[in-house]
Amino acid sequence: MSARQVIRNLSIADLVRYRLPVPGVLSILHRVSGALMFLLVPFTLWLFDLSLRSQLSYLQLRQVAGGWFAKLVLSALAWALLHHLAAGLRHLALDLDWGVDRTAARRSAWIVFAVSIALALWAALEIFGAL
Amino acid sequence: MPIGARRLVVGAHYGLRDWLMQRATAVVLTLYLILLAVQIVLAGPIDYDRWREIFAPLGMKIATLIAFVALVYHAWIGMRDIWMDYVRPVAIRMLLQLATILWLAACLVWAVQILWRV
Repeated sequence: MSARQVIRNLSIADLVRYRLPVPGVLSILHRVSGALMFLLVPFTLWLFDLSLRSQLSYLQLRQVAGGWFAKLVLSALAWALLHHLAAGLRHLALDLDWGVDRTAARRSAWIVFAVSIALALWAALEIFGAL
Repeated sequence: MPIGARRLVVGAHYGLRDWLMQRATAVVLTLYLILLAVQIVLAGPIDYDRWREIFAPLGMKIATLIAFVALVYHAWIGMRDIWMDYVRPVAIRMLLQLATILWLAACLVWAVQILWRV
C-alpha cells in the first residue's frame, strides 16, 4: 500500500520563498485594499460629514486634510480604491469567462497594476498639491 | 455533515448567494462612482455650495444611501471571508464577525444622518 500524499497548508516561513504569480499578488492586494477601506470607513464618513455640515466645517476639512499624515492616509485610500476597483472589474470579466487562460489572466493582471498604480500616483500628486 | 474522512460540509447554498451579492453590490458601487464623478465634473470647480448642491436633491440622497447599503453588504461578505480564512478559533472568529456587523451598522446609521442633514 503506497503512503497517502500529505497535503498541508503553507506555513509562514514558506511565504518568503513562495513565488506568487502576478495574478496572485493582485489577488492578495485586492484583499488588503478592501480591508484597509473597511477599517477607514469611519474616517471617510467623518471627512464626508465635515465636507457637508456647514461652510465652517468645510473649511475645517481643508485644514484636517492639509496635514501631511492626513494626505498620506488619503493617498493610501485613493490607491486602495483604485486598485480594488480595477482588480474588481477584472474579476467580473473573469466571472464572465473573459480572459481566463493563463496568458490572458497574467496580461490583464499587469494591466490592472499599470492602470491603478498610474492613477494612484496621479491622485497622490494631486493630494500633495504637486500638480 | 462529514463527507468522507476529512471534509465537513455545512450550510445550504448561502455561499453562492453571497458570491452573487458580492458581484451585484460591486456593480452598484461602480455605477454610483460613475454617477458621482459625472456630478462633480458637471458642478465645475468645487466649493462648499457646489459640493452641497450635489447631495441636496432627494434623488442623490437615495442613490448615495443605496450605494452605502451596497458597500456595507459588500464589506461584510469580504470581511467575513477574511475572518473565515485566517481566524481558526470559533469564539474569536464569531466575536470578530459580530464586531464587523456592529461596526458597519453604526456606520450606516451615521451615513443616514450625514446625508439627511444636508
